Amino acid sequence: MSIHVQNIAKRFGHFVALDNVTLDFPTGELVGLLGPSGCGKTTLLRIIAGLESADSGQVFLEGEDASAAHVRERQVGFVFQHYALFRHMTVFDNVAFGLRVKPRGQRPAADKIRQRVSELLDLVQLNALANRYPTQLSGGQRQRIALARALAVEPRVLLLDEPFGALDAKVRKELRRWLRTLHDALHITSIFVTHDQEEALEVSDRVAVMNQGRVEQIGTPAQVYEHPATPFVYSFLGAVNLFHGRVQGPHLQVGADQVRLDHHGFETGAETLGFVRPHELDIVTDLSERSGIEARVERVLALGATARVELTSVGHDQTGRFFEVELSHERMAALRLDTGQRVRLQPARIRLFAPEAPPVELTA
Amino acid sequence: MSAVVATHWTVHSRRFETSAATREPAWVRGMLIALALAFFALFLLLPLVTVFAEALRKGWGVYFAALAEPDTRSAIFLTLLVTAIAVPLNLVFGVAAAWAIAKFDFRGKQLLTTLIDLPFSVSPVVAGLCFVLLFGAQGWFGPWLADHGVRIIFTVPALVLATIFVTFPFVARELIPLMEAQGQEEEEAAIVLGASGWKTFWYVTLPNIKWGLIYGVILCNARAMGEFGAVSVVSGHIRGRTNTLPLHVEILYNEYNFAAAFAAASLLALLALLTLVLKSLVEWQGRQQMNAGQQL
Repeated sequence: MSIHVQNIAKRFGHFVALDNVTLDFPTGELVGLLGPSGCGKTTLLRIIAGLESADSGQVFLEGEDASAAHVRERQVGFVFQHYALFRHMTVFDNVAFGLRVKPRGQRPAADKIRQRVSELLDLVQLNALANRYPTQLSGGQRQRIALARALAVEPRVLLLDEPFGALDAKVRKELRRWLRTLHDALHITSIFVTHDQEEALEVSDRVAVMNQGRVEQIGTPAQVYEHPATPFVYSFLGAVNLFHGRVQGPHLQVGADQVRLDHHGFETGAETLGFVRPHELDIVTDLSERSGIEARVERVLALGATARVELTSVGHDQTGRFFEVELSHERMAALRLDTGQRVRLQPARIRLFAPEAPPVELTA
Repeated sequence: MSAVVATHWTVHSRRFETSAATREPAWVRGMLIALALAFFALFLLLPLVTVFAEALRKGWGVYFAALAEPDTRSAIFLTLLVTAIAVPLNLVFGVAAAWAIAKFDFRGKQLLTTLIDLPFSVSPVVAGLCFVLLFGAQGWFGPWLADHGVRIIFTVPALVLATIFVTFPFVARELIPLMEAQGQEEEEAAIVLGASGWKTFWYVTLPNIKWGLIYGVILCNARAMGEFGAVSVVSGHIRGRTNTLPLHVEILYNEYNFAAAFAAASLLALLALLTLVLKSLVEWQGRQQMNAGQQL
């Protein structure tokens, strides 16, 4: 079932949680709502579920306006960050709850319920724990039970609010992969909220990046990672090096240094912000090279698949700016960098943005 | 069980007292223990013993005769009646108030929370006087009530009203922190799964607050049976009709009928002991459940 939210706005006192959000969640897709804490992503999810009401705007479920529908009538499955399992019920009773509270006419017979719960517990691979209580389970197991419980009532959409937020890194990764496999099997329209960009990029069919109550960009993980639409998306989706400069024809003038630019839409003299990912920067040790930004090597970290170099700028106007470069070990070996050495940084790719307008002050 | 109820139950830390590094010298320990025991004996144990000793001073025969006396029997019955009405009502009010305060945000929530404590902070005599001022012959609603043939002050309804007022905070006070700590995620989960409001309360909320609720009811019950001040003001002390057990004790005592006074008092003391046993049982039961929940 498709979900469409139209011009949703929500305030908490003077805090704008959602500012005219319009988004489409197509049938069968797993969409990640990604953003820093306080960006409104959980509020949006709760509004879609009906647990929170919007100040204005509409929620359409399968083209029908569901804004006025009660939570019970929306037939959504909701998975909470802290599981919200019924602590006094066994795993079995937790999963069966949604079926047992159905009105008498729609309630399946007891043996049907038992069969359905057993199927679901098989699906989440926890049938052996049916008689345990939630406190006797690990965090990962609890969240799988919470998911089974949500699926028991055959929801039309599945909403997951930071489902792996309370788990440790290893379990998170495991469950992430498991959720993706489960979604590929069930194809239920799902929205999942997270503040972890790696998680969002890895699991989702599409990612909506949110900031301060607005959607900054929506697209496939590759699209948002490779072609960020705004400086915020650029910096939120990974480590980034920032250069303040002025466009001079085919060059970007950064302090006393300049770097070459590919085609860009800026006029000469325009103030811009240049964004470069650490792996898109190269280091040259020959200072007589004209192109490149001069910097000082502070630290070399040769751990893992790639080596990382931390540097600070040495130009007059931006002393102390921090840069990070990711290089292959072969390149590192060839460069033979020393701490304190002066080098030049040459970006293989640089993305320019107009400097952001200063945020508009909201008068209360 | 929730962590809040857990705070009522002391956690025994053995490690602390068995480590020589943290142990005080023997004479300090001895003196502290002796002091505590002396205090306990003098202020808690001695009065209790006195009540039963005085009650039985003239033998079991006199004791039972005093209890079988019609006025005493009626006082016992009245106390039970008032409690049987006040406690269930306060159970409902307390759950409703705690539910509203813990699960919803609304204007005046802080005020309501403060008001719930009012019966604890106001002297029971003042509370009783307020009811007289409201419903008495010269009170605000007195004349109107009299015109409609309703009398409240110096009747059983007044006793019930005063008792409800004085014992109101017990259940609510017990539940508010418990429900606040539990949050509303489980209720939200239940509603998303399609449960009605009533089913959500019955199957999700109530089981979670069960032990706290029973604990609150026991305390409420103890106070309802023992209440003196507010009830004394509104009762009128009509023997056989508006005299509760605590009031009856006072009357008998003032008439120098010590054996009967202490016999009646011993009943109240017995009720208090019974309450303590029940309370401990509930605490023990709750702790058992909590431990069972934590074990794997």
